Amino acid sequence: MITWRVPRLFRPLLNGLNIGKAQPCKVAEHSQAPATLQPERSFSSTHWLRDVPRDPSSAERVTVHFINRDGEKLTAVAKEGESLLDVVVNQNLGIDGFGACEGTLACSTCHLIFERDVFQKLDAISDEEMDMLDLAYGLSDTSRLGCQVCVKKSMDGLTVQVPMEVSDLRRQLEVGKQSKQ
Amino acid sequence: MGASGGWRGASALRCLRPAGLAGRAWGHGAPWGWAWVGWIPCLLTFLLVSCPGFKRPLSTSERVPRICIVGSGPAGFYTAQHLLKHHKLARVDIYEKLPVPFGLVRFGVAPDHPEVKNVINTFTQTAQSDRCSYYGNVTVGKDVTVEELQQAYHAVVLSYGAEDNRILGIPGENLSGVYSARAFVGWYNGLPENRDLKPDLSSKTVLVLGQGNVALDVARILLTPLDLLRKTDITEGSLAAIASSKVKRVWLVGRRGPLQVAFTIKELREMVNLPGARPILDPADFAGLRDAIKDVPRPRKRLTELMIKTALEKPGEKEAKIWASATREWGLKFLRSPLEILPTADGKRARGIRMAVTRLEGSGESATAVPTGEVEELECGLILSSIGYRSLPLGSSVPFDRKHGIIPNHLGRVQGVPGLYCSGWVKRGPTGVIITTMNDSFDTAQSVLEDLQAGMLNVSNTKEGFESVRSILQSRGVHPVSFSDWEKIDAAEVARGQLAGKPREKIVDPQEMLQLIGLAPFHSVSLKGKTLYSVLFFKPNERK
Repeated sequence: MITWRVPRLFRPLLNGLNIGKAQPCKVAEHSQAPATLQPERSFSSTHWLRDVPRDPSSAERVTVHFINRDGEKLTAVAKEGESLLDVVVNQNLGIDGFGACEGTLACSTCHLIFERDVFQKLDAISDEEMDMLDLAYGLSDTSRLGCQVCVKKSMDGLTVQVPMEVSDLRRQLEVGKQSKQ
Repeated sequence: MGASGGWRGASALRCLRPAGLAGRAWGHGAPWGWAWVGWIPCLLTFLLVSCPGFKRPLSTSERVPRICIVGSGPAGFYTAQHLLKHHKLARVDIYEKLPVPFGLVRFGVAPDHPEVKNVINTFTQTAQSDRCSYYGNVTVGKDVTVEELQQAYHAVVLSYGAEDNRILGIPGENLSGVYSARAFVGWYNGLPENRDLKPDLSSKTVLVLGQGNVALDVARILLTPLDLLRKTDITEGSLAAIASSKVKRVWLVGRRGPLQVAFTIKELREMVNLPGARPILDPADFAGLRDAIKDVPRPRKRLTELMIKTALEKPGEKEAKIWASATREWGLKFLRSPLEILPTADGKRARGIRMAVTRLEGSGESATAVPTGEVEELECGLILSSIGYRSLPLGSSVPFDRKHGIIPNHLGRVQGVPGLYCSGWVKRGPTGVIITTMNDSFDTAQSVLEDLQAGMLNVSNTKEGFESVRSILQSRGVHPVSFSDWEKIDAAEVARGQLAGKPREKIVDPQEMLQLIGLAPFHSVSLKGKTLYSVLFFKPNERK
């Protein structure tokens, strides 16, 4: 299964036209050394591992809370510089269908809703991110794609909401209808 | 579904009865007082099985729901994923008519959009997990019927998508030089049934009827510089044909106006920035539009703003450079509805199209195009109809709504057929991107889980799953392709691709795929009568 075993970093070579789609967090952290200096990560059976800052021990630990679609609060300790998608994947948080395109701005499944004051302090949104966000369900004024938001020390204690999907809303309506009968 | 004390605790309790046997087992002369020691393992067992978290090893009477999914595209895989994640015992089998999995992710997503195909990684994990099995090369409806599947499984989910396309229904539609965009996409993506399409690319002007993302995809593939296409997983055969293409201009024609375009902004932006190509947008089409979009939701607003900007404003430095040296063009034509495809003098090929000029009645998504009486003709030798995919009915046992092209259902439960479900395009209609299908599939999976929970699928009635289906397939001479077989085909495609500097070189002949995995002979020796190989490996009507 050659494609499956190709390290993520070599994938851009195989993807040809895909080389330009670096995530903002990775660019900031990996501008110098090639990531092959990091210990080779094997693929776990549950999720694909994503790159983390070069020197994990010195990276600040930041607590992030994700409120899942069913209201459950998932807490993770993230490393500064990871994207919120990295956090969900690396810590195997149980959010269905999160990060389908693996952070390449080709879907909107890592859509998250932020508190207004946090949202305003986030790095500027690119046209490319907004293009994909436009297709997300439950788009709000404080929506961003998790793969484009990098964890910073100042975000410690951050709470983000995983938006409800169309199907969730429809089921709520169904349950509501049935209970009224 | 979880372990409970219940009857299992009671059976362990039985060993606590004072028993002459227990006493005697301790041997002659053992004081009666020692017999109580025999009760210790019984007591411990009782306590153990009564514990809420205790997991017994599976026995044949375990209530394992067996679920079958028909179709291995995103709908099939996302439905499987959700079921396996949220039910700890369920076993899911995915059937696919082609030897290879992944449906439109492999055959629909454009070659120059490899990031969208990353979902294959998560699908691969699902297929490789313990409770999931993949069976390719099995056509449901022909090799095994839906009824037979319903006998073998507790629940059957139909996720077979939309393999056909809507037709124009106008004269000249069947002339040479007219193709459905679906077939064209299948051709450059290596879908076996379209490998011999041989579209004639000798015309300078191409007309694409439709203004959705598929229309933009085919336009872009026709106009992308060869150097870029060469590095993608576009098939070798189609790359060669496109290399000798004479196509210089592609029009995307819609019946309605700019506010009703179905394509999305990412794809439009790609087109605007396409190297070597220049957009032709008529400023008159966009006059007054800025005011019209003031209060429209953000996605439609930004999309329209990009079109307005491209049509009316001076291009930025980057675009100006591309457009100045462009050798190819693409444009959008609005308010034109096809009436007839005009034939060449010999009546065999398309040479042009006659279209009705329309005007809009109403506004927004629900605006309709009404003919004005005026008519326009355009010369072109290649017409691609991109007006929508279409699902086909599976058989008499599965209800089908021909008007809407879907299986009638409520939240994924097929109407009137308990135990039958559907997900993806065959459930909702053939529109939407991967996230749409993902949510829809989770939705259907949720219905299945609810029905399991409510006892509506009678899991205590043991079903054999593939074990029943295996003998049916064998008797019909059908050889399923496993996921590890697919991995061999995958490896071969990647290896061939590497030689050409591509992510993969897709194998387009199903026979070649089967040969690679040993399900068909490499050489059929031509002898009188049937060869031993053909008797062993081919179905009776295919033996040579």
